[in-house]
Amino acid sequence: MKQRAMQSRLAGHSAPLIEKIERRQFLKQSLSLGGLALLSGCELTEDDGVQRVLMSMSRWNDRAQGWLFNPNKLAPEYPESAITKPFPFNAFYGEDEIEEVDANSYKLDLAGLIREKKPWSLPELHALPQISQITRHICVEGWSAIGKWGGVRLSTFLERIGADTSARYVGFKCVDDYYSSIDMATALHPQTLLALRFADQVLPPKYGFPMKLRIPTKLGFKNPKHIMAMFVTNTYPGGYWEDKGYNWFSGS
Amino acid sequence: MDAVGQNAAAEWVRIHPLLVRITHWINALAILIMVTSGWQIYNASPLFGFVIPDDLTLGGWLGGALQWHFAAMWLLAVNGLVYIAYGVMTGHFRRKLFPITPRALLRDVLEALRGRLAHDDLSMYNAAQRAAYLAIIVAGMVLVFSGLAIWKPVQLQELTALCGGYEGARLVHFFAMAILVLIALVHVVMVVLVPRSFPTMITGRARRAS
Repeated sequence: MKQRAMQSRLAGHSAPLIEKIERRQFLKQSLSLGGLALLSGCELTEDDGVQRVLMSMSRWNDRAQGWLFNPNKLAPEYPESAITKPFPFNAFYGEDEIEEVDANSYKLDLAGLIREKKPWSLPELHALPQISQITRHICVEGWSAIGKWGGVRLSTFLERIGADTSARYVGFKCVDDYYSSIDMATALHPQTLLALRFADQVLPPKYGFPMKLRIPTKLGFKNPKHIMAMFVTNTYPGGYWEDKGYNWFSGS
Repeated sequence: MDAVGQNAAAEWVRIHPLLVRITHWINALAILIMVTSGWQIYNASPLFGFVIPDDLTLGGWLGGALQWHFAAMWLLAVNGLVYIAYGVMTGHFRRKLFPITPRALLRDVLEALRGRLAHDDLSMYNAAQRAAYLAIIVAGMVLVFSGLAIWKPVQLQELTALCGGYEGARLVHFFAMAILVLIALVHVVMVVLVPRSFPTMITGRARRAS
Protein backbone atom coordinates (compact mmCIF):
# COMPACT_ATOMS: atom_id res chain seq x y z
CA MET A 1 0.00 0.00 0.00
CA LYS A 2 2.59 2.49 1.06
CA GLN A 3 4.72 1.53 -1.88
CA ARG A 4 1.79 2.17 -4.20
CA ALA A 5 0.97 5.47 -2.50
CA MET A 6 4.55 6.58 -2.94
CA GLN A 7 4.57 5.63 -6.59
CA SER A 8 1.29 7.37 -7.34
CA ARG A 9 2.56 10.44 -5.56
CA LEU A 10 5.53 10.34 -7.89
CA ALA A 11 3.36 9.83 -10.96
CA GLY A 12 4.99 11.57 -13.85
CA HIS A 13 8.25 10.01 -12.82
CA SER A 14 8.21 7.09 -15.23
CA ALA A 15 11.04 5.03 -13.76
CA PRO A 16 10.24 3.34 -10.44
CA LEU A 17 12.01 5.56 -7.96
CA ILE A 18 13.67 2.99 -5.80
CA GLU A 19 13.46 -0.76 -6.02
CA LYS A 20 11.67 -2.25 -3.06
CA ILE A 21 14.58 -4.33 -1.85
CA GLU A 22 17.05 -1.50 -2.22
CA ARG A 23 14.74 0.68 -0.23
CA ARG A 24 14.41 -1.85 2.58
CA GLN A 25 18.17 -2.10 2.69
CA PHE A 26 18.48 1.64 2.63
CA LEU A 27 15.99 2.09 5.46
CA LYS A 28 17.70 -0.54 7.55
CA GLN A 29 21.05 1.15 7.12
CA SER A 30 19.73 4.64 7.37
CA LEU A 31 20.04 5.22 11.04
CA SER A 32 22.70 4.02 13.32
CA LEU A 33 22.69 7.10 15.47
CA GLY A 34 21.66 6.17 18.97
CA GLY A 35 21.03 9.73 20.04
CA LEU A 36 18.40 10.47 17.43
CA ALA A 37 16.80 7.07 17.94
CA LEU A 38 16.45 7.87 21.63
CA LEU A 39 15.05 11.31 20.93
CA SER A 40 12.33 9.98 18.70
CA GLY A 41 11.72 6.88 20.75
CA CYS A 42 11.81 4.75 17.64
CA GLU A 43 14.12 3.85 14.84
CA LEU A 44 13.69 7.02 12.90
CA THR A 45 14.32 6.01 9.31
CA GLU A 46 12.57 2.67 9.62
CA ASP A 47 9.62 4.95 9.22
CA ASP A 48 8.27 5.28 5.69
CA GLY A 49 7.06 8.75 6.61
CA VAL A 50 10.57 10.03 7.23
CA GLN A 51 11.71 8.56 3.93
CA ARG A 52 8.83 10.26 2.15
CA VAL A 53 9.71 13.61 3.71
CA LEU A 54 13.34 13.24 2.65
CA MET A 55 12.34 12.35 -0.91
CA SER A 56 9.95 15.29 -1.18
CA MET A 57 12.65 17.58 0.21
CA SER A 58 14.95 16.28 -2.52
CA ARG A 59 12.26 17.08 -5.14
CA TRP A 60 11.91 20.53 -3.56
CA ASN A 61 15.68 20.96 -3.83
CA ASP A 62 15.43 20.07 -7.54
CA ARG A 63 13.02 22.99 -7.98
CA ALA A 64 15.07 25.35 -5.82
CA GLN A 65 18.20 24.57 -7.84
CA GLY A 66 16.26 25.07 -11.08
CA TRP A 67 15.35 28.58 -9.89
CA LEU A 68 18.90 29.25 -8.73
CA PHE A 69 20.38 28.11 -12.05
CA ASN A 70 21.51 31.10 -14.09
CA PRO A 71 21.87 30.05 -17.75
CA ASN A 72 24.43 32.81 -18.32
CA LYS A 73 26.65 32.02 -15.36
CA LEU A 74 29.78 30.22 -16.51
CA ALA A 75 31.73 27.72 -14.44
CA PRO A 76 35.24 29.02 -13.68
CA GLU A 77 37.85 27.95 -16.24
CA TYR A 78 41.45 27.22 -15.31
CA PRO A 79 44.90 27.43 -16.92
CA GLU A 80 46.57 24.27 -18.29
CA SER A 81 48.88 24.30 -15.26
CA ALA A 82 45.93 23.69 -12.93
CA ILE A 83 44.97 20.37 -14.56
CA THR A 84 44.92 17.44 -12.13
CA LYS A 85 47.37 14.69 -13.12
CA PRO A 86 46.57 11.90 -13.18
CA PHE A 87 42.87 12.61 -13.54
CA PRO A 88 40.99 10.10 -11.34
CA PHE A 89 39.00 7.26 -12.86
CA ASN A 90 35.53 6.94 -11.37
CA ALA A 91 32.58 4.62 -12.07
CA PHE A 92 30.26 2.24 -10.27
CA TYR A 93 32.67 -0.56 -11.27
CA GLY A 94 36.42 -1.06 -11.34
CA GLU A 95 38.89 0.17 -13.92
CA ASP A 96 39.39 -3.42 -15.20
CA GLU A 97 35.70 -3.71 -16.10
CA ILE A 98 35.54 -0.82 -18.57
CA GLU A 99 33.50 -1.78 -21.64
CA GLU A 100 35.21 -1.21 -24.97
CA VAL A 101 33.16 0.47 -27.69
CA ASP A 102 34.01 -0.20 -31.34
CA ALA A 103 34.70 3.15 -33.00
CA ASN A 104 33.85 1.95 -36.52
CA SER A 105 30.43 0.53 -35.76
CA TYR A 106 29.52 3.20 -33.20
CA LYS A 107 26.27 5.05 -33.78
CA LEU A 108 24.66 7.52 -31.42
CA ASP A 109 20.95 6.67 -31.35
CA LEU A 110 18.41 9.45 -30.99
CA ALA A 111 14.86 9.19 -29.72
CA GLY A 112 11.97 11.20 -28.33
CA LEU A 113 11.07 14.79 -29.19
CA ILE A 114 13.66 15.10 -31.96
CA ARG A 115 12.88 15.90 -35.62
CA GLU A 116 15.82 14.10 -37.26
CA LYS A 117 16.43 10.81 -35.50
CA LYS A 118 19.09 9.49 -37.89
CA PRO A 119 21.88 7.86 -35.79
CA TRP A 120 25.22 9.69 -35.75
CA SER A 121 28.59 8.09 -36.47
CA LEU A 122 31.80 9.22 -34.77
CA PRO A 123 33.25 10.97 -37.87
CA GLU A 124 30.01 12.92 -38.20
CA LEU A 125 30.20 14.00 -34.55
CA HIS A 126 33.86 14.98 -34.91
CA ALA A 127 32.93 17.06 -37.98
CA LEU A 128 30.69 19.35 -35.90
CA PRO A 129 32.14 22.60 -34.47
CA GLN A 130 34.42 21.72 -31.54
CA ILE A 131 35.23 23.73 -28.43
CA SER A 132 37.28 22.92 -25.34
CA GLN A 133 37.23 23.84 -21.68
CA ILE A 134 39.38 23.38 -18.59
CA THR A 135 36.95 23.05 -15.71
CA ARG A 136 36.57 21.48 -12.30
CA HIS A 137 34.85 18.12 -12.07
CA ILE A 138 33.23 17.89 -8.62
CA CYS A 139 32.24 14.46 -7.36
CA VAL A 140 29.17 13.96 -5.16
CA GLU A 141 31.62 12.37 -2.70
CA GLY A 142 33.32 15.72 -2.21
CA TRP A 143 36.61 15.38 -4.09
CA SER A 144 37.30 17.43 -7.18
CA ALA A 145 39.71 17.35 -10.12
CA ILE A 146 40.44 19.74 -12.97
CA GLY A 147 40.49 18.38 -16.50
CA LYS A 148 40.41 19.50 -20.12
CA TRP A 149 37.55 18.33 -22.31
CA GLY A 150 36.84 19.05 -25.95
CA GLY A 151 33.78 18.38 -28.04
CA VAL A 152 30.50 19.64 -29.38
CA ARG A 153 28.27 22.04 -27.52
CA LEU A 154 25.16 20.05 -26.64
CA SER A 155 23.06 23.10 -27.59
CA THR A 156 24.64 23.06 -31.07
CA PHE A 157 23.84 19.38 -31.43
CA LEU A 158 20.27 19.75 -30.15
CA GLU A 159 19.72 22.51 -32.67
CA ARG A 160 21.24 20.43 -35.47
CA ILE A 161 18.95 17.46 -34.85
CA GLY A 162 15.85 19.57 -34.41
CA ALA A 163 15.26 18.74 -30.77
CA ASP A 164 12.25 20.27 -29.04
CA THR A 165 14.14 22.56 -26.68
CA SER A 166 10.93 23.49 -24.90
CA ALA A 167 10.81 19.90 -23.55
CA ARG A 168 11.82 19.36 -19.95
CA TYR A 169 14.48 16.67 -20.04
CA VAL A 170 17.36 15.28 -22.04
CA GLY A 171 18.18 11.69 -21.18
CA PHE A 172 21.28 9.57 -21.87
CA LYS A 173 21.87 5.82 -22.03
CA CYS A 174 25.34 4.34 -21.82
CA VAL A 175 27.07 1.14 -22.91
CA ASP A 176 27.64 0.10 -19.28
CA ASP A 177 23.89 0.35 -18.46
CA TYR A 178 24.49 3.64 -16.74
CA TYR A 179 21.86 6.26 -17.48
CA SER A 180 21.11 9.81 -16.42
CA SER A 181 19.07 12.83 -17.38
CA ILE A 182 19.31 16.59 -17.14
CA ASP A 183 17.05 19.63 -17.29
CA MET A 184 16.75 21.43 -20.63
CA ALA A 185 18.18 24.70 -19.21
CA THR A 186 21.43 22.94 -18.33
CA ALA A 187 21.43 21.08 -21.67
CA LEU A 188 21.43 24.47 -23.43
CA HIS A 189 24.16 25.97 -21.21
CA PRO A 190 27.18 27.05 -23.31
CA GLN A 191 29.61 24.89 -21.28
CA THR A 192 27.58 21.70 -21.56
CA LEU A 193 29.52 19.50 -24.01
CA LEU A 194 29.23 16.22 -25.80
CA ALA A 195 32.88 15.55 -25.05
CA LEU A 196 34.90 13.58 -27.61
CA ARG A 197 38.35 14.53 -26.36
CA PHE A 198 40.21 14.61 -23.08
CA ALA A 199 43.53 16.42 -22.57
CA ASP A 200 43.69 17.12 -26.34
CA GLN A 201 43.51 13.39 -27.13
CA VAL A 202 40.67 11.19 -28.29
CA LEU A 203 38.62 10.44 -25.16
CA PRO A 204 40.23 7.29 -23.71
CA PRO A 205 38.01 4.36 -22.58
CA LYS A 206 38.49 5.12 -18.88
CA TYR A 207 37.08 8.62 -19.33
CA GLY A 208 34.15 7.49 -21.48
CA PHE A 209 35.12 6.61 -25.08
CA PRO A 210 33.72 7.43 -27.54
CA MET A 211 31.66 10.24 -26.02
CA LYS A 212 30.71 11.51 -22.61
CA LEU A 213 28.58 14.36 -21.38
CA ARG A 214 30.63 17.11 -19.75
CA ILE A 215 28.64 19.50 -17.55
CA PRO A 216 30.75 21.77 -15.34
CA THR A 217 27.55 23.10 -13.73
CA LYS A 218 26.62 19.70 -12.32
CA LEU A 219 28.17 17.03 -10.09
CA GLY A 220 30.29 14.30 -11.66
CA PHE A 221 27.65 11.56 -11.70
CA LYS A 222 25.55 13.80 -13.98
CA ASN A 223 28.35 13.47 -16.59
CA PRO A 224 27.58 10.04 -18.11
CA LYS A 225 30.31 8.25 -20.10
CA HIS A 226 30.17 5.91 -23.13
CA ILE A 227 26.92 7.49 -24.34
CA MET A 228 25.07 5.24 -26.81
CA ALA A 229 21.69 6.96 -26.97
CA MET A 230 20.16 10.33 -26.29
CA PHE A 231 16.49 11.26 -26.01
CA VAL A 232 14.39 14.35 -25.37
CA THR A 233 11.27 13.94 -23.25
CA ASN A 234 8.78 15.55 -20.92
CA THR A 235 8.61 12.41 -18.77
CA TYR A 236 11.05 12.33 -15.85
CA PRO A 237 13.72 9.78 -16.87
CA GLY A 238 15.62 9.49 -13.55
CA GLY A 239 19.12 8.07 -13.53
CA TYR A 240 21.29 5.26 -12.18
CA TRP A 241 22.29 7.04 -8.97
CA GLU A 242 19.28 9.36 -8.94
CA ASP A 243 16.97 6.35 -8.61
CA LYS A 244 19.01 5.18 -5.62
CA GLY A 245 18.57 8.49 -3.82
CA TYR A 246 21.08 11.04 -5.10
CA ASN A 247 19.48 14.40 -5.78
CA TRP A 248 18.38 14.58 -9.42
CA PHE A 249 19.30 18.20 -10.28
CA SER A 250 22.68 18.10 -8.46
CA GLY A 251 23.72 21.48 -9.83
CA SER A 252 26.97 23.19 -8.85
CA MET B 1 -2.87 29.64 47.13
CA ASP B 2 -2.90 33.29 46.10
CA ALA B 3 -0.24 34.13 48.58
CA VAL B 4 1.93 31.31 47.37
CA GLY B 5 1.32 32.35 43.78
CA GLN B 6 2.29 35.93 44.50
CA ASN B 7 5.29 34.79 46.37
CA ALA B 8 6.31 32.59 43.46
CA ALA B 9 5.72 35.42 41.00
CA ALA B 10 8.07 37.56 43.01
CA GLU B 11 10.80 34.92 43.01
CA TRP B 12 10.64 33.73 39.43
CA VAL B 13 11.95 35.79 36.60
CA ARG B 14 11.67 35.26 32.84
CA ILE B 15 15.18 34.95 31.44
CA HIS B 16 14.74 33.30 28.02
CA PRO B 17 12.12 34.77 25.67
CA LEU B 18 9.78 32.25 24.01
CA LEU B 19 11.26 32.80 20.56
CA VAL B 20 14.77 32.14 21.82
CA ARG B 21 13.66 28.89 23.45
CA ILE B 22 11.86 27.66 20.33
CA THR B 23 14.71 28.53 17.98
CA HIS B 24 17.24 27.06 20.43
CA TRP B 25 15.64 23.61 20.32
CA ILE B 26 14.94 23.66 16.60
CA ASN B 27 18.56 24.66 16.14
CA ALA B 28 19.77 21.86 18.42
CA LEU B 29 17.88 19.32 16.28
CA ALA B 30 19.02 20.90 12.99
CA ILE B 31 22.67 20.98 14.12
CA LEU B 32 22.49 17.37 15.30
CA ILE B 33 21.18 16.27 11.89
CA MET B 34 23.61 18.48 9.95
CA VAL B 35 26.66 17.36 11.92
CA THR B 36 25.91 13.62 11.92
CA SER B 37 24.88 13.54 8.26
CA GLY B 38 27.86 15.76 7.46
CA TRP B 39 30.18 13.21 9.07
CA GLN B 40 28.77 10.51 6.79
CA ILE B 41 29.37 12.79 3.79
CA TYR B 42 32.91 13.47 5.05
CA ASN B 43 33.55 9.71 5.14
CA ALA B 44 32.80 9.42 1.40
CA SER B 45 35.97 11.39 0.68
CA PRO B 46 37.87 12.15 3.91
CA LEU B 47 39.84 15.39 3.94
CA PHE B 48 42.22 14.02 6.55
CA GLY B 49 43.65 10.67 7.56
CA PHE B 50 40.67 9.57 9.62
CA VAL B 51 37.02 8.68 9.22
CA ILE B 52 34.13 9.21 11.61
CA PRO B 53 32.82 5.99 13.20
CA ASP B 54 29.66 4.91 11.38
CA ASP B 55 27.71 4.70 14.64
CA LEU B 56 27.99 8.47 15.01
CA THR B 57 26.70 9.19 11.53
CA LEU B 58 23.28 9.63 10.02
CA GLY B 59 21.97 8.45 6.67
CA GLY B 60 23.51 4.98 6.32
CA TRP B 61 25.28 5.79 3.07
CA LEU B 62 26.33 8.90 1.15
CA GLY B 63 23.00 9.29 -0.68
CA GLY B 64 20.99 9.00 2.54
CA ALA B 65 23.27 11.42 4.36
CA LEU B 66 23.00 13.94 1.53
CA GLN B 67 19.20 13.72 1.71
CA TRP B 68 19.29 14.47 5.43
CA HIS B 69 21.89 17.22 5.00
CA PHE B 70 20.04 19.03 2.21
CA ALA B 71 16.68 18.70 3.97
CA ALA B 72 17.88 19.90 7.38
CA MET B 73 19.82 22.80 5.82
CA TRP B 74 16.49 24.56 5.25
CA LEU B 75 15.51 24.03 8.87
CA LEU B 76 18.90 25.34 10.02
CA ALA B 77 18.90 28.35 7.69
CA VAL B 78 15.30 29.49 8.21
CA ASN B 79 15.48 28.96 11.97
CA GLY B 80 18.84 30.72 12.11
CA LEU B 81 17.54 33.69 10.14
CA VAL B 82 14.55 34.06 12.49
CA TYR B 83 16.83 33.86 15.53
CA ILE B 84 19.39 36.35 14.22
CA ALA B 85 16.72 38.78 13.00
CA TYR B 86 15.09 38.60 16.44
CA GLY B 87 18.41 38.97 18.25
CA VAL B 88 19.45 42.01 16.25
CA MET B 89 16.11 43.79 16.05
CA THR B 90 14.99 43.40 19.66
CA GLY B 91 18.40 44.20 21.11
CA HIS B 92 18.56 40.68 22.61
CA PHE B 93 22.12 40.16 21.36
CA ARG B 94 23.26 43.59 22.56
CA ARG B 95 21.81 43.04 26.03
CA LYS B 96 22.87 39.43 26.52
CA LEU B 97 26.13 39.05 24.59
CA PHE B 98 27.80 42.44 24.90
CA PRO B 99 30.07 43.90 26.02
CA ILE B 100 32.81 41.26 25.95
CA THR B 101 36.18 42.57 27.08
CA PRO B 102 39.32 40.46 26.69
CA ARG B 103 40.11 41.11 30.35
CA ALA B 104 36.75 39.84 31.59
CA LEU B 105 36.95 36.90 29.21
CA LEU B 106 40.38 35.86 30.49
CA ARG B 107 39.23 36.21 34.10
CA ASP B 108 36.07 34.17 33.57
CA VAL B 109 37.82 31.43 31.61
CA LEU B 110 40.43 31.08 34.39
CA GLU B 111 37.66 31.02 36.98
CA ALA B 112 35.83 28.39 34.99
CA LEU B 113 38.94 26.22 34.82
CA ARG B 114 39.22 26.45 38.60
CA GLY B 115 35.59 25.42 38.81
CA ARG B 116 34.59 28.69 40.43
CA LEU B 117 32.76 30.43 37.63
CA ALA B 118 30.00 32.72 38.84
CA HIS B 119 26.70 31.91 37.17
CA ASP B 120 24.39 32.47 40.14
CA ASP B 121 22.21 34.88 38.23
CA LEU B 122 21.05 32.82 35.27
CA SER B 123 19.72 35.92 33.53
CA MET B 124 23.23 37.34 33.17
CA TYR B 125 25.88 35.67 31.06
CA ASN B 126 29.48 35.85 32.22
CA ALA B 127 32.14 36.83 29.73
CA ALA B 128 33.09 33.23 28.91
CA GLN B 129 29.47 32.45 28.07
CA ARG B 130 29.07 35.59 25.99
CA ALA B 131 32.16 34.73 23.98
CA ALA B 132 31.06 31.10 23.54
CA TYR B 133 27.53 31.99 22.44
CA LEU B 134 28.79 34.64 20.06
CA ALA B 135 31.37 32.22 18.67
CA ILE B 136 28.72 29.55 18.08
CA ILE B 137 26.59 32.06 16.16
CA VAL B 138 29.60 33.09 14.05
CA ALA B 139 30.64 29.46 13.49
CA GLY B 140 27.09 28.66 12.42
CA MET B 141 27.13 31.50 9.92
CA VAL B 142 30.51 30.42 8.56
CA LEU B 143 29.14 26.88 8.22
CA VAL B 144 26.11 28.09 6.26
CA PHE B 145 28.17 30.28 3.93
CA SER B 146 30.94 27.73 3.33
CA GLY B 147 28.23 25.09 2.85
CA LEU B 148 26.59 27.24 0.18
CA ALA B 149 30.02 27.69 -1.40
CA ILE B 150 30.48 23.90 -1.61
CA TRP B 151 26.90 23.30 -2.81
CA LYS B 152 26.95 26.01 -5.50
CA PRO B 153 30.57 26.63 -6.59
CA VAL B 154 29.32 27.82 -10.00
CA GLN B 155 26.15 29.75 -9.25
CA LEU B 156 27.69 31.29 -6.08
CA GLN B 157 31.28 31.27 -7.33
CA GLU B 158 32.05 34.68 -5.77
CA LEU B 159 31.22 33.21 -2.36
CA THR B 160 33.28 30.11 -3.17
CA ALA B 161 36.23 32.30 -4.16
CA LEU B 162 35.87 34.12 -0.83
CA CYS B 163 36.22 30.74 0.94
CA GLY B 164 39.46 30.03 -0.94
CA GLY B 165 37.90 28.14 -3.85
CA TYR B 166 36.02 24.85 -3.80
CA GLU B 167 38.68 22.88 -1.92
CA GLY B 168 39.23 25.82 0.43
CA ALA B 169 35.51 25.93 1.20
CA ARG B 170 35.59 22.23 2.17
CA LEU B 171 38.34 23.00 4.71
CA VAL B 172 36.52 26.07 6.04
CA HIS B 173 33.34 23.99 6.37
CA PHE B 174 35.19 21.26 8.23
CA PHE B 175 36.96 23.54 10.70
CA ALA B 176 33.85 25.63 11.38
CA MET B 177 32.09 22.33 12.15
CA ALA B 178 34.92 21.30 14.48
CA ILE B 179 34.73 24.63 16.36
CA LEU B 180 30.94 24.47 16.58
CA VAL B 181 30.97 20.88 17.86
CA LEU B 182 33.64 21.74 20.42
CA ILE B 183 31.68 24.71 21.77
CA ALA B 184 28.46 22.67 21.77
CA LEU B 185 30.17 19.92 23.79
CA VAL B 186 31.49 22.44 26.34
CA HIS B 187 28.00 23.94 26.43
CA VAL B 188 26.44 20.55 27.24
CA VAL B 189 29.09 19.85 29.90
CA MET B 190 28.37 23.22 31.50
CA VAL B 191 24.63 22.49 31.56
CA VAL B 192 25.40 19.19 33.30
CA LEU B 193 27.56 21.07 35.84
CA VAL B 194 24.87 23.73 36.40
CA PRO B 195 21.77 21.55 35.97
CA ARG B 196 19.32 24.22 37.14
CA SER B 197 20.11 26.12 33.95
CA PHE B 198 18.55 23.30 31.88
CA PRO B 199 14.81 23.78 32.63
CA THR B 200 15.13 27.51 32.02
CA MET B 201 15.62 26.85 28.29
CA ILE B 202 12.26 25.03 28.35
CA THR B 203 10.14 27.13 30.72
CA GLY B 204 12.02 30.37 30.21
CA ARG B 205 11.95 31.09 33.93
CA ALA B 206 14.56 30.98 36.65
CA ARG B 207 14.43 31.61 40.38
CA ARG B 208 15.88 35.02 41.06
CA ALA B 209 19.17 34.83 42.92
CA SER B 210 18.73 36.21 46.42
